[in-house]
Amino acid sequence: MKRPAQVGSPTTTTRIGSVVLVATLLVAWHLAVRFQASPILPGPLAVLAGLWELARSGLMLKYIVASLFRVTWGFVGAALLAIPIGLTIGWYHRAELAFNPLIQVLRPISPLAWIPISILWFGVGDVAAIFLIFLASFLPLTLTAMNAVSSIPDVYLNAGRNFSLSPTQIVSRVLYPAVTPQLIIGLRITLGIAWLVVVAAEMIAVSSGLGFLIVDARNAGNRYDLVIAGMVMIGVIGLLLDVGVRSLERIPSIAWGYSDE
Amino acid sequence: MSNPGQASTLSSATAGVGVATVHAVASSRSLKTKLRADHVNMVFGKGDQRVNVLDDISLEVGVGEFVCLLGPSGCGKSTMLNVVAGFLNPTSGQVKIDDQLVIGPDRRRVFVFQERGVFPWLTVEGNIGFGLFDLAESERNSRIKHYVELVGLQGFEKAYPRELSGGMKQRVEVARALSVNPDMLFLDEPFGALDSITRLIMRGELLRIWEAEKKTIIFVTHDIDEAVQLADRVIVMSARPAKIQKVVEIDVAHPRDISSPRYLALRDGILEAIGLAHKV
Repeated sequence: MKRPAQVGSPTTTTRIGSVVLVATLLVAWHLAVRFQASPILPGPLAVLAGLWELARSGLMLKYIVASLFRVTWGFVGAALLAIPIGLTIGWYHRAELAFNPLIQVLRPISPLAWIPISILWFGVGDVAAIFLIFLASFLPLTLTAMNAVSSIPDVYLNAGRNFSLSPTQIVSRVLYPAVTPQLIIGLRITLGIAWLVVVAAEMIAVSSGLGFLIVDARNAGNRYDLVIAGMVMIGVIGLLLDVGVRSLERIPSIAWGYSDE
Repeated sequence: MSNPGQASTLSSATAGVGVATVHAVASSRSLKTKLRADHVNMVFGKGDQRVNVLDDISLEVGVGEFVCLLGPSGCGKSTMLNVVAGFLNPTSGQVKIDDQLVIGPDRRRVFVFQERGVFPWLTVEGNIGFGLFDLAESERNSRIKHYVELVGLQGFEKAYPRELSGGMKQRVEVARALSVNPDMLFLDEPFGALDSITRLIMRGELLRIWEAEKKTIIFVTHDIDEAVQLADRVIVMSARPAKIQKVVEIDVAHPRDISSPRYLALRDGILEAIGLAHKV
């Protein structure tokens, strides 16, 4: 109890604890649905049956692939553009001062507010959804990269200059490794945002994907078992994406960025 | 706090400032000149914010000489080191090394930062070999091996800096600098963050390496004992704006007996000079 360092690393006891908690909640859900009057809200067993139905029909795989496809294009496209741009802006202090007001105005605008404009530009379809994910990822990644560059200690850059590195070598051997840990944190947070946005985008702009599944299941005869099955899938995949990016944080040449020092 | 009365002395620098200016010209042992700084002035900021940091500093350092710049914290001695290393351009005056004007940092003279300068994303090997990128693989590896041994880090080649103690990181820093075979080393309070026992050990190591590799060393410190233990010559600097207040030749052979009367007399002389600096 005294050691807060234990918080990040679950012991066997805490693992058993979370299993018991989830099981209790599932039972409570089951009982609550059983003893209520409304026939619309499904219990956990109905949701499980819904998941099975989706898996057997092939819709589960199809929708997951569709959603991941959009997130990949939007997110990777944003990362490829935003990271170099952010690093460049952060490197040149004056550029940072020039861009900052613009970024601060754009930042509080929810990516969802762009839905009408993206449909206007790209019509209803994949491109509009990808564009929304791109927008949602672009600013946070640019900001992360800007901050990462300006927080590099001068001593690293001076050491690089002292060993007569060319500007290209300074970028590849000092700047890039120095910012990587912070970039990975930024990528992790942004991928989470992108996954939130894809669901919303699919509810409006396209007719496939997990977001579409949720809207479609409700419209096509109040299939709330499929609605919740879709929610479960969104949650599980979001978790897996996060775990995937997190695993990068254990690479030794990156892990230094997360130690207390 | 700088003395506001000093702000106007900048323009008179070339005309010869007051009585306190001492130029640290090479010692009587007539070493060949390695580094020569002429009338270096440094002013930071503009308008009312101007701070005069270095005030007409001239010094000469001989080949293979070990010189300590000693002064109170914040006096500008680090600034001076950054100027001679080429990281900062002086407001006026110039620095020449081997008769060539210093216009930027160079691999032939390496700055040893405090332990924080070690790259945390590279292993001990990676850090020590950092400056050896244009060597062939085999040559590179044998150099790394040599310097790992020189600083006594065998067995830690694959370790990352966060797994090392402060003293070990400082050794990595020194080895990284030495591995490119520079002819000068600039050390900026390199042992300041270490505990007192490790600091003593590191001083001994540095002297051993200096005697083995015969580099010209400029070492910045605010620790009087450290300066008297290490240096051939101690250049005592005043509080900001830094001027050279006194130059003390430490004519005691290594290894130095730190309780000998000569050592103590030299140390007390410097103490007195520093004491006066505080009263200004």
